[in-house]
Amino acid sequence: MPCNEANHVCDKTQYKESTLWEKIILNLHLIYCSACRKYSSNNGKLTKLLKDSKIDCLDDKSKEAMKKEFEKALAKNQPE
Amino acid sequence: MSSRQINPNNWIDLYSDYLFNYTISRVSDRVIAQDLVQDTFLAGLKSMKNFKGEATERTWLISILKRKIIDHYRKINSNKGKAEVRINYKESESEGDWLEERVADPFDKTAEDTLQNQELGDAIQNCLGKLPAKQANVFKMKTILGHETETICNELNITASNLWVIIHRARTAMADCLKENWF
Repeated sequence: MPCNEANHVCDKTQYKESTLWEKIILNLHLIYCSACRKYSSNNGKLTKLLKDSKIDCLDDKSKEAMKKEFEKALAKNQPE
Repeated sequence: MSSRQINPNNWIDLYSDYLFNYTISRVSDRVIAQDLVQDTFLAGLKSMKNFKGEATERTWLISILKRKIIDHYRKINSNKGKAEVRINYKESESEGDWLEERVADPFDKTAEDTLQNQELGDAIQNCLGKLPAKQANVFKMKTILGHETETICNELNITASNLWVIIHRARTAMADCLKENWF
Protein backbone atom coordinates (compact mmCIF):
# COMPACT_ATOMS: atom_id res chain seq x y z
CA MET A 1 0.00 0.00 0.00
CA PRO A 2 1.52 3.39 -0.96
CA CYS A 3 1.58 6.17 1.63
CA ASN A 4 -1.09 8.34 -0.04
CA GLU A 5 -3.49 5.42 -0.02
CA ALA A 6 -2.62 4.65 3.59
CA ASN A 7 -3.47 8.24 4.51
CA HIS A 8 -6.73 8.00 2.60
CA VAL A 9 -7.73 4.81 4.47
CA CYS A 10 -6.65 6.44 7.72
CA ASP A 11 -8.96 9.40 6.95
CA LYS A 12 -11.83 7.07 6.08
CA THR A 13 -11.27 5.16 9.32
CA GLN A 14 -11.86 8.35 11.33
CA TYR A 15 -15.39 8.37 9.88
CA LYS A 16 -15.84 4.58 10.20
CA GLU A 17 -15.98 4.28 6.43
CA SER A 18 -13.07 1.89 5.85
CA THR A 19 -13.51 -1.85 5.41
CA LEU A 20 -11.92 -4.47 7.62
CA TRP A 21 -9.57 -5.47 4.81
CA GLU A 22 -8.46 -1.85 4.30
CA LYS A 23 -7.76 -1.55 8.02
CA ILE A 24 -5.66 -4.72 8.01
CA ILE A 25 -3.58 -3.47 5.06
CA LEU A 26 -3.23 -0.06 6.73
CA ASN A 27 -1.97 -1.60 9.95
CA LEU A 28 0.58 -3.66 8.06
CA HIS A 29 1.76 -0.46 6.35
CA LEU A 30 2.00 1.34 9.70
CA ILE A 31 4.40 -1.30 11.02
CA TYR A 32 7.17 -0.17 8.67
CA CYS A 33 6.21 3.46 7.80
CA SER A 34 6.97 5.98 10.54
CA ALA A 35 5.62 8.97 8.56
CA CYS A 36 2.21 7.33 8.20
CA ARG A 37 2.32 6.23 11.85
CA LYS A 38 2.80 9.86 12.82
CA TYR A 39 -0.03 10.97 10.53
CA SER A 40 -2.29 8.24 11.88
CA SER A 41 -1.52 9.20 15.47
CA ASN A 42 -2.23 12.90 14.86
CA ASN A 43 -5.39 12.03 12.96
CA GLY A 44 -6.64 9.93 15.86
CA LYS A 45 -5.83 12.74 18.31
CA LEU A 46 -7.77 15.20 16.15
CA THR A 47 -10.82 12.93 16.07
CA LYS A 48 -10.70 12.56 19.85
CA LEU A 49 -10.36 16.31 20.41
CA LEU A 50 -13.29 17.04 18.11
CA LYS A 51 -15.38 14.44 19.94
CA ASP A 52 -14.37 15.72 23.39
CA SER A 53 -15.09 19.34 22.52
CA LYS A 54 -18.69 18.51 21.47
CA ILE A 55 -18.27 21.31 18.95
CA ASP A 56 -21.34 22.16 16.88
CA CYS A 57 -22.04 24.48 13.96
CA LEU A 58 -24.87 25.74 11.79
CA ASP A 59 -25.82 23.80 8.69
CA ASP A 60 -25.67 25.62 5.36
CA LYS A 61 -29.42 26.07 4.98
CA SER A 62 -29.81 27.64 8.41
CA LYS A 63 -26.86 29.90 7.75
CA GLU A 64 -28.28 31.01 4.40
CA ALA A 65 -31.68 31.73 6.00
CA MET A 66 -29.94 33.71 8.73
CA LYS A 67 -27.94 35.60 6.12
CA LYS A 68 -31.09 36.55 4.17
CA GLU A 69 -32.82 37.90 7.28
CA PHE A 70 -29.72 39.79 8.29
CA GLU A 71 -29.21 41.29 4.85
CA LYS A 72 -32.77 42.62 4.93
CA ALA A 73 -32.08 44.28 8.28
CA LEU A 74 -28.73 45.52 7.00
CA ALA A 75 -30.35 47.15 3.96
CA LYS A 76 -32.83 48.95 6.23
CA ASN A 77 -29.98 50.09 8.43
CA GLN A 78 -27.91 51.61 5.60
CA PRO A 79 -27.73 55.43 5.69
CA GLU A 80 -29.82 57.09 2.93
CA MET B 1 -8.76 55.78 20.94
CA SER B 2 -10.75 53.20 19.01
CA SER B 3 -8.45 50.81 17.18
CA ARG B 4 -11.01 48.40 15.74
CA GLN B 5 -13.55 49.03 13.03
CA ILE B 6 -16.98 47.44 12.84
CA ASN B 7 -18.15 45.82 9.62
CA PRO B 8 -21.44 43.90 9.83
CA ASN B 9 -21.32 42.70 6.17
CA ASN B 10 -19.25 39.62 7.08
CA TRP B 11 -20.66 38.89 10.51
CA ILE B 12 -22.64 35.78 9.49
CA ASP B 13 -19.70 34.20 7.65
CA LEU B 14 -17.18 35.05 10.33
CA TYR B 15 -19.02 34.60 13.58
CA SER B 16 -22.25 32.60 13.16
CA ASP B 17 -20.63 29.21 13.85
CA TYR B 18 -18.69 30.52 16.81
CA LEU B 19 -21.75 32.16 18.36
CA PHE B 20 -23.90 29.11 17.60
CA ASN B 21 -21.41 26.77 19.27
CA TYR B 22 -21.25 29.10 22.28
CA THR B 23 -25.05 29.13 22.53
CA ILE B 24 -25.79 25.44 21.91
CA SER B 25 -23.56 24.46 24.83
CA ARG B 26 -25.73 26.68 27.03
CA VAL B 27 -29.27 26.12 25.78
CA SER B 28 -29.03 22.59 24.27
CA ASP B 29 -31.66 23.28 21.61
CA ARG B 30 -30.66 23.97 18.01
CA VAL B 31 -33.72 26.05 17.12
CA ILE B 32 -33.49 28.23 20.23
CA ALA B 33 -29.73 28.61 19.75
CA GLN B 34 -30.23 29.67 16.15
CA ASP B 35 -32.88 32.23 17.16
CA LEU B 36 -30.62 33.65 19.87
CA VAL B 37 -27.72 34.01 17.43
CA GLN B 38 -29.98 35.71 14.89
CA ASP B 39 -31.29 38.07 17.59
CA THR B 40 -27.72 38.84 18.59
CA PHE B 41 -26.74 39.89 15.07
CA LEU B 42 -29.83 42.06 14.75
CA ALA B 43 -29.23 43.65 18.16
CA GLY B 44 -25.59 44.22 17.20
CA LEU B 45 -26.68 45.94 14.03
CA LYS B 46 -29.03 48.23 15.95
CA SER B 47 -26.43 49.17 18.53
CA MET B 48 -23.45 49.49 16.21
CA LYS B 49 -22.91 53.07 17.31
CA ASN B 50 -22.13 51.77 20.82
CA PHE B 51 -19.15 49.77 19.55
CA LYS B 52 -16.12 51.58 20.92
CA GLY B 53 -13.47 49.42 19.29
CA GLU B 54 -11.96 48.45 22.64
CA ALA B 55 -12.69 44.78 22.04
CA THR B 56 -12.88 42.68 18.89
CA GLU B 57 -16.18 42.40 17.03
CA ARG B 58 -16.46 38.79 18.17
CA THR B 59 -16.02 39.66 21.85
CA TRP B 60 -18.52 42.49 21.48
CA LEU B 61 -21.08 40.17 19.84
CA ILE B 62 -20.52 37.54 22.55
CA SER B 63 -21.31 40.14 25.21
CA ILE B 64 -24.63 40.84 23.46
CA LEU B 65 -25.28 37.10 23.11
CA LYS B 66 -24.66 36.52 26.83
CA ARG B 67 -27.41 39.00 27.64
CA LYS B 68 -29.74 37.30 25.13
CA ILE B 69 -29.10 33.92 26.80
CA ILE B 70 -29.78 35.38 30.26
CA ASP B 71 -33.02 36.94 28.95
CA HIS B 72 -34.00 33.58 27.48
CA TYR B 73 -33.60 31.84 30.84
CA ARG B 74 -35.39 34.66 32.66
CA LYS B 75 -38.32 34.20 30.30
CA ILE B 76 -38.39 30.46 30.94
CA ASN B 77 -38.07 30.89 34.69
CA SER B 78 -41.00 33.28 34.83
CA ASN B 79 -43.13 30.23 33.95
CA LYS B 80 -41.29 27.89 36.30
CA GLY B 81 -43.91 27.72 39.07
CA LYS B 82 -46.56 26.62 36.59
CA ALA B 83 -44.64 23.58 35.47
CA GLU B 84 -42.99 22.60 38.73
CA VAL B 85 -42.88 18.87 39.41
CA ARG B 86 -42.77 17.86 43.02
CA ILE B 87 -41.23 14.54 43.93
CA ASN B 88 -42.26 12.67 47.04
CA TYR B 89 -41.36 9.27 48.34
CA LYS B 90 -44.61 8.45 50.05
CA GLU B 91 -45.55 5.76 47.59
CA SER B 92 -44.27 2.34 48.55
CA GLU B 93 -43.04 1.60 45.01
CA SER B 94 -40.51 4.45 45.04
CA GLU B 95 -39.24 3.73 48.54
CA GLY B 96 -35.45 3.78 48.64
CA ASP B 97 -35.05 5.66 45.33
CA TRP B 98 -33.80 8.72 47.18
CA LEU B 99 -30.55 6.94 47.95
CA GLU B 100 -29.65 6.60 44.25
CA GLU B 101 -30.29 10.28 43.67
CA ARG B 102 -27.82 11.24 46.37
CA VAL B 103 -24.93 9.18 45.12
CA ALA B 104 -22.23 11.23 43.37
CA ASP B 105 -22.60 11.10 39.60
CA PRO B 106 -19.25 10.14 38.06
CA PHE B 107 -20.36 11.64 34.74
CA ASP B 108 -21.23 14.98 36.30
CA LYS B 109 -19.29 17.86 34.75
CA THR B 110 -17.04 19.91 36.97
CA ALA B 111 -16.34 23.60 36.39
CA GLU B 112 -12.86 22.61 35.20
CA ASP B 113 -14.25 20.23 32.58
CA THR B 114 -16.59 22.90 31.30
CA LEU B 115 -13.80 25.47 31.11
CA GLN B 116 -11.48 23.04 29.31
CA ASN B 117 -14.22 22.13 26.83
CA GLN B 118 -14.86 25.82 26.17
CA GLU B 119 -11.17 26.52 25.61
CA LEU B 120 -10.88 23.49 23.33
CA GLY B 121 -13.96 24.63 21.42
CA ASP B 122 -12.38 28.08 21.00
CA ALA B 123 -9.10 26.57 19.79
CA ILE B 124 -10.94 24.42 17.24
CA GLN B 125 -13.04 27.35 16.03
CA ASN B 126 -9.90 29.47 15.61
CA CYS B 127 -8.21 26.72 13.59
CA LEU B 128 -11.34 26.24 11.48
CA GLY B 129 -11.29 29.97 10.77
CA LYS B 130 -7.81 29.64 9.28
CA LEU B 131 -8.87 27.02 6.71
CA PRO B 132 -9.81 28.08 3.17
CA ALA B 133 -13.62 28.53 2.94
CA LYS B 134 -14.27 25.41 0.84
CA GLN B 135 -12.11 23.18 3.01
CA ALA B 136 -13.76 24.50 6.16
CA ASN B 137 -17.20 23.95 4.71
CA VAL B 138 -16.55 20.34 3.65
CA PHE B 139 -14.82 19.57 6.95
CA LYS B 140 -17.71 20.98 8.99
CA MET B 141 -20.31 19.10 6.95
CA LYS B 142 -18.46 15.81 7.21
CA THR B 143 -16.93 15.98 10.67
CA ILE B 144 -19.11 18.22 12.80
CA LEU B 145 -22.53 17.86 11.20
CA GLY B 146 -21.85 14.20 10.34
CA HIS B 147 -23.35 14.28 6.83
CA GLU B 148 -22.93 11.27 4.53
CA THR B 149 -20.23 11.47 1.85
CA GLU B 150 -22.86 11.14 -0.89
CA THR B 151 -25.01 13.95 0.54
CA ILE B 152 -22.06 16.35 0.64
CA CYS B 153 -20.96 15.40 -2.89
CA ASN B 154 -24.46 16.02 -4.23
CA GLU B 155 -24.88 19.27 -2.38
CA LEU B 156 -21.51 20.71 -3.34
CA ASN B 157 -21.33 19.04 -6.75
CA ILE B 158 -17.98 17.36 -6.13
CA THR B 159 -16.78 13.76 -6.56
CA ALA B 160 -16.10 11.44 -3.63
CA SER B 161 -12.37 11.39 -4.37
CA ASN B 162 -12.39 15.18 -4.47
CA LEU B 163 -14.12 15.22 -1.08
CA TRP B 164 -11.52 12.94 0.46
CA VAL B 165 -8.66 15.09 -0.88
CA ILE B 166 -10.29 18.15 0.71
CA ILE B 167 -10.87 16.26 3.97
CA HIS B 168 -7.24 15.12 4.01
CA ARG B 169 -5.93 18.67 3.52
CA ALA B 170 -8.32 20.04 6.14
CA ARG B 171 -7.43 17.36 8.68
CA THR B 172 -3.70 17.91 8.15
CA ALA B 173 -4.10 21.68 8.57
CA MET B 174 -6.34 21.26 11.63
CA ALA B 175 -3.92 18.81 13.29
CA ASP B 176 -0.97 21.17 12.63
CA CYS B 177 -2.90 24.16 13.96
CA LEU B 178 -4.09 22.33 17.08
CA LYS B 179 -0.61 20.94 17.65
CA GLU B 180 0.61 24.51 18.05
CA ASN B 181 -2.31 25.55 20.22
CA TRP B 182 -3.51 22.48 22.06
CA PHE B 183 -1.86 19.01 21.74
